[in-house]
Amino acid sequence: MSEKKKNKKKNRVIMRSVILFLMIAAIGYTLYNNATAEDVSVLKVGDEAPDFKLVDLEGESHQLSDYKGQGVFLNFWGTWCKPCAKEMPAMDRQFEVFKDQGVQVLAVNIAQSEFEVQSFADQYDLSFPVVIDKTKSVMTAYNIIPLPTTVLVNPEGKIERIVTGEMTEQDIEGFMEEIKPE
Amino acid sequence: MDKMQCQCGHVNPPGTILCESCGRSLTEKEQNSKLVDMRYEGTARRSQTYNKSIIDKIWNFFSSVKVGVGIIVALLVAAAIGTILPQEEYVQVATRNEDTIKAYYSDVYGEIGRIYHFLGFHDLYSSFWFIILVGMLAISLIIASLDRFVPLYRSLKNQRVLRHESFINKQRIYGKGYAQEDVLAKAETKLKELKYNVKLDKNGLLAEKGRFSRWGPYVNHIGLIIFLFGVMLRMIPGFYVDETLWIREGETRAIPEVPDYALESKSFELETYSGEENGGAFSEAVDRVGSVAKNYQTDVILYKKPENSLPGATEDMEVVKEYPIRVNQPLKFDGYAVYQMDFKLDELKAMTFALTNKETEESLGELTIDLIDPEKMYELENGATVELKGYYPDFSGFENGEPQTATPLPNNPGFLVEMTTPETPKGETSFILIRNTIEPFGDNQFKLEFQGVETRDVSGLTIRKDSTLPILGLGGLIFMIGVAQGMYFNHRRFWIQQKANGEVILAGHTNKNWYALKKDLEQVSAYASLPAYSDQQEEIEKQMKKEGEEAL
Repeated sequence: MSEKKKNKKKNRVIMRSVILFLMIAAIGYTLYNNATAEDVSVLKVGDEAPDFKLVDLEGESHQLSDYKGQGVFLNFWGTWCKPCAKEMPAMDRQFEVFKDQGVQVLAVNIAQSEFEVQSFADQYDLSFPVVIDKTKSVMTAYNIIPLPTTVLVNPEGKIERIVTGEMTEQDIEGFMEEIKPE
Repeated sequence: MDKMQCQCGHVNPPGTILCESCGRSLTEKEQNSKLVDMRYEGTARRSQTYNKSIIDKIWNFFSSVKVGVGIIVALLVAAAIGTILPQEEYVQVATRNEDTIKAYYSDVYGEIGRIYHFLGFHDLYSSFWFIILVGMLAISLIIASLDRFVPLYRSLKNQRVLRHESFINKQRIYGKGYAQEDVLAKAETKLKELKYNVKLDKNGLLAEKGRFSRWGPYVNHIGLIIFLFGVMLRMIPGFYVDETLWIREGETRAIPEVPDYALESKSFELETYSGEENGGAFSEAVDRVGSVAKNYQTDVILYKKPENSLPGATEDMEVVKEYPIRVNQPLKFDGYAVYQMDFKLDELKAMTFALTNKETEESLGELTIDLIDPEKMYELENGATVELKGYYPDFSGFENGEPQTATPLPNNPGFLVEMTTPETPKGETSFILIRNTIEPFGDNQFKLEFQGVETRDVSGLTIRKDSTLPILGLGGLIFMIGVAQGMYFNHRRFWIQQKANGEVILAGHTNKNWYALKKDLEQVSAYASLPAYSDQQEEIEKQMKKEGEEAL
């Protein structure tokens, strides 16, 4: 009798613990989802950089995964964005230094006309490929809000760092050093 | 607390009010009262009994109806506070970030707005404490229901026909007197006719009807919990999408939160009533307010990208369908719906100029510059050309002699052009703005004369997906079933016992609608000649009233 009673009591505590645990877990999960809901599509350092394929001004296709093994300096920009224009020459100079060390620069323009992008590239005499994201799908995939935003992709294809806002030439040099293959 | 043994020998769980077997009152308070407390059949609420481990203590806390009501009141107050000022998502700010929203509250609502924002009430319904409160309500619903439903179910399932006289005579409907010998058989016939379940045991009878109405509140709670579960799912990515997409005529855009699809806007149309069609429909309103909208429509093409296609890749997109999106007629695909929500009319799209000799006003031909995708070179008659050297869609002034553009949208286009004609083979440079031309290198012989514009419209579309709707619907349906079960059906019972001396005692109980119970009893009485009954509660009330009057 008392053995049976003990068992019953034990079962009751287990039952109650399981029910309580499940419900608290559900609330915890909801809270977690709620906290991360707003930036659910925001990329984080360490995430796999979403692959994409865009065409540059020469008509050549660039696919991010083709650059595996190299560091990719992914710069999102527009001609109307002044800090973007300011950092371009520095990026170009640093690209000249790092391109032989396995660092690629891809400048992704946000859905502007070829004329504007071409004039800009000519004006600044850019030597790295400039691609145009015509449907804004890469911008959506990377959840880019302010311009400029620079996403640094390491040789493993993972995001090493996300920089929003203007960079100095020193910054750019340091970032390229970070994603340079060993 | 110890187990409670009744005089009849039955051992009841601690906390029991009425013996599970015979119905005798077990507590002193109950013994002294004139009527039995039939709530939960006098069973012990399960959690009252054990209060040992921390788990039991938490369980007990949530099992309490007082706690449950407290949580509901807290939720109601919080939900009401959230309606005092608009929530964050309904606030109109130019650029949306934390600072502008904070500024909005203090600018528009002053000190109250500042405090409101400071306390986090601007985003109340997704604040962690509000979600925790809702979660606590769910826990309270589940535990309080379990704790009451299980003993009630067991007690009703195992109830005996024969009860102790003290149980019978403390029922609200009670009668005692002599009757004929076949009273039980006759009562059984009539009660069965009235659709009662009748059980006989020795000298006793128990008739019961509509027991399932007692489960109403618990069914109701199950519905609520399913509903809350659906609400919880909304916060999980993939279940709920509510996004805005601004798309211009001629543009193809990736659909936010909808991978693998793209949308092209062919045209936007705003139709209005003229006040003359259909025999003057809306003519009064048209006269009064100028125009009445008839239709907002965006004609779109939905594309599906090939499987595993990458963002940015636009080749091999397959046309899924062409569809005119109208208000309340969304484009539906794959669980998503795209609604017509907003529009902007007449954004500049293209401008047409004529290359003219300033003196002779002679035109060398026209050129149209597409403001969305301008070309570099425009060739005219007689070998004249206009070369676009620079394009500034939203010209905002010069900086270090460089023209600047504020946005990528053609709100205020500026063009730097070089015009070459047979007369001016070296070319002339001109900077053209709307209603203004700058000739930076001295007077030109030729000018671009503005001829006209083409415009395009912008559609504001909303992309929605809500996979939780069926769950919310199911929860609501079960909730309503529970309400109907508890509201429109009553649990009615009669106990009749015939003593050896020929005396008959009878009692009746229902969870609601005592009037109908009495009607049933009157029908049975008429047929089986039962002793007269009285409503003991009414008598007690009457007596109290009388005593009250005497005291005056």
